[in-house]
Amino acid sequence: MSTTLTLKTAAQLRDTYLRHEMFPTIFCDGCGLGNVLNYTLWAIDQIGLDLDRTVFVSGIGCSSRLSGYVNADGMHTTHGRALAFASGIKAANPDLTVIVFTGDGDGAGIGGNHLLHTIRRNMDLTVILVNNFTYGMTGGQAAPTSPVGSFSTTTPYGNIEHPLDICELAKAIGAPYVARWPVSYPYQPIKSIAQGISKRGFALIEMLVPCHTAYGRRNGLKDLEVIWQWYRDHVVQIDDHEHITQFGSPEERAALHDKMKIGVFQDVERECFDERWAALVERVKL
Amino acid sequence: MRQEIRICGFGGQGVITGAVILGKAAAVYDGLIACQVQSYGPEARGGAARAEVIIADGQIGYPGIHTADILVAMSQEAFSKYGREVKPDSIIIVDPDTVFSWEVSQTVHLVRSTKIAEGLGNVVVANIVMLGALTALSGVVSHEAILAATLASVPARFKELNRAALEAGIAAGMGQGDAVTHGRRATAGR
Amino acid sequence: MPTYRERIRQALGGKVQFVQGDDACAYGAILAGCTFFAGYPITPATEVAERMSEILPRLGGCYIQMEDEIASIGAIIGASWTGAKVMTATSGPGFSLMQENLGYAIMTETPCVIVNVQRSGPSTGQPTLGAYGDMMQARWGTHGDHEIVMLCPSNVQEALDLTIVAFNLAERYRTPVLLFIDGELGHMRERLVIPDDSEFELFDRVRAESPDGYKPFQAGESLVPAFAPFGSGYRTYVTGLTHNEQGLPRTSSAAIHDQLVRRLAAKINSHSDDIVRYEEYYGDDCEIAIVAYGITARTCRDVVEAGRRRGIKVGLLRLITIWPFPEEIVARWSARVQAMLVPEMNLGQIYHPIREAAEGRCTVKLLAKIGGDLHSPSELLEALEELQCQPR
Repeated sequence: MSTTLTLKTAAQLRDTYLRHEMFPTIFCDGCGLGNVLNYTLWAIDQIGLDLDRTVFVSGIGCSSRLSGYVNADGMHTTHGRALAFASGIKAANPDLTVIVFTGDGDGAGIGGNHLLHTIRRNMDLTVILVNNFTYGMTGGQAAPTSPVGSFSTTTPYGNIEHPLDICELAKAIGAPYVARWPVSYPYQPIKSIAQGISKRGFALIEMLVPCHTAYGRRNGLKDLEVIWQWYRDHVVQIDDHEHITQFGSPEERAALHDKMKIGVFQDVERECFDERWAALVERVKL
Repeated sequence: MRQEIRICGFGGQGVITGAVILGKAAAVYDGLIACQVQSYGPEARGGAARAEVIIADGQIGYPGIHTADILVAMSQEAFSKYGREVKPDSIIIVDPDTVFSWEVSQTVHLVRSTKIAEGLGNVVVANIVMLGALTALSGVVSHEAILAATLASVPARFKELNRAALEAGIAAGMGQGDAVTHGRRATAGR
Repeated sequence: MPTYRERIRQALGGKVQFVQGDDACAYGAILAGCTFFAGYPITPATEVAERMSEILPRLGGCYIQMEDEIASIGAIIGASWTGAKVMTATSGPGFSLMQENLGYAIMTETPCVIVNVQRSGPSTGQPTLGAYGDMMQARWGTHGDHEIVMLCPSNVQEALDLTIVAFNLAERYRTPVLLFIDGELGHMRERLVIPDDSEFELFDRVRAESPDGYKPFQAGESLVPAFAPFGSGYRTYVTGLTHNEQGLPRTSSAAIHDQLVRRLAAKINSHSDDIVRYEEYYGDDCEIAIVAYGITARTCRDVVEAGRRRGIKVGLLRLITIWPFPEEIVARWSARVQAMLVPEMNLGQIYHPIREAAEGRCTVKLLAKIGGDLHSPSELLEALEELQCQPR
């Protein structure tokens, strides 16, 4: 992959990659999901992926609708189970590239156990997990990622539970590629998605995407400008985080507490399921 | 012809393996119809275990056994539990080293399967000794079939041991040697 | 280099074997061309997974142990969309977990076979003992209007034979097919003769011929759409949402929903002649009928003979296909007999559609038995004698 990105225009992307009959999208005006799709298509374009040999799999939720907008084979499955279906596709035909769109509720709430085991098995999937801190499609309920104290239709007095750090989890259990980017950073996610697709093994790209409709309006972040700024203020690059932890003043260190780390958490090589299975078959086949 | 065979003992004696081999002998090597069911559960590991085989020359409908035509008992607990669920002319085979008392009107055949197996160098083949005795005493399967089924069911390195166990059991069953005691007994001392 | 079919023979071993019902299901799947199995251990179905994990890699197929039964059925549905013939196996608790994705397979017309080696419930119940407690869950367990196909073998040989049939029906009608046995039959060993390839037919799902004008969910006269596997350039979108013939979500159109859900039902119901299987004993000459299925039916055959020796004019209607329910044949028998005896290893499940089909033409008596024991010949005979003595 070249280090400089030569990007198609939005119109070129649309004409090349999208399933026109599916439009308009179901997304709210100002939703960041369109950007995520955009970044994904740019990444695909960069690496020259053959869409005839690529399957987009998703679960249920706003982000899971993304699979339908790409003009490729797609599977919009049941809530939380995208990784199980995707694993079946990949294991049965390892020649296919499988990209999963999921959300924080879908992928880490109801589907949390599948996430653990799909990483453990190291299925060669690229998972683009859109985290918006809420169950947006059902109108804004508390999610496993909702910040402490945040309001939702099911936490009318504020959320008392601690949020899950999906990337730290994925890193801890050995996912070969783990990255987190806010949607307001366009280039890094494109690069990460491209790297994730090229990586043999499980790749997780968590995208922080504001949901001003369901999350923002209950948390003083209804205005698009305001919510995007909130994301800018509440993230910190992994390197900066480490630097501040080591050398920062007490005030700077304290300020880290309500910031989410962004960047590439992990980028290592680990033999994936289909490689190991192929080796097993080679060993025992008749 | 429908012969209902119950093999019982404690978990780990290989009663299920014995029943499977017997069924295999009938179904695969003697061209008969056979059906084997087992009772197992947490209690089967160490507690009373039983396995049942039905051997017939025609279709087997009901796969259950209430009173056995042939009973092999390898533990006192198992004999106490199943010893009475037999027919007046049932063939009853017990190991007098593991079953200490029996009070039934039928002839009880005593086969010292554990002792014989120990003599061959491994107590695990006591079940195979019993299969040999059962074959010799009942004729429910042929000697060739039980041998073939046994050899097909054990790992290569144990084939000779199992062959010896089977032959010793057949010999015991045919009354060759002093391992078989016929006759009605209330109790038998050790 | 031996052919794939020759390698299957090699992997399965001798032609005549003495194996369990669970083993027979696995062998049937392999013979049917199953190349993908995903499952999760559960008594008394684990042996199906064990056999598949042993055989599939030797044939270059794929076995994968998933983290639960929800993932297991998800994985086989995904694998089926690559064109593979797929299966999973479970028991009651696992089957309960599969319900949502079972509906997804129906809605997305995904061929797959699901084995349920039933044990008694509710909940964890009696894990090691047989029962037939999931007969109605199979029919109505997943939400929404739908039809389902279910086969119930009575012996080990039939477990193999009907698994092949299950694959053929799944492929022909692009629908999940349930193969239901119970813990007793699953763990029972019997003589199994592995059929030669010439002794059975195999059906593979009809493939799309060209991407031009192809609509993935458009069905012709057969009511079954042609299939294009993922990766073949057709760019199919599959969703559990109500979708049009192109496969695109159309969730607020009453007409599209009506058309889709009715077609999915009709593709099963209008082919019930092909799907429904049953066996009749003394059907032309009986006053009392035993209507039975599964492991219970084999005892009933003995009982019919014993009953007739005692002068009771009894016959047996053995249901092999349970769903779609063989209404016509049950109705025909009900017009011919004075009473039906329905022995079930549950508190009465298939008894209800039997009564519905009989429409009051004869007495229908349930002989329910739970707890793990099979119906004994004597209790069945006793029930027959009681029925015979009843004033009509």
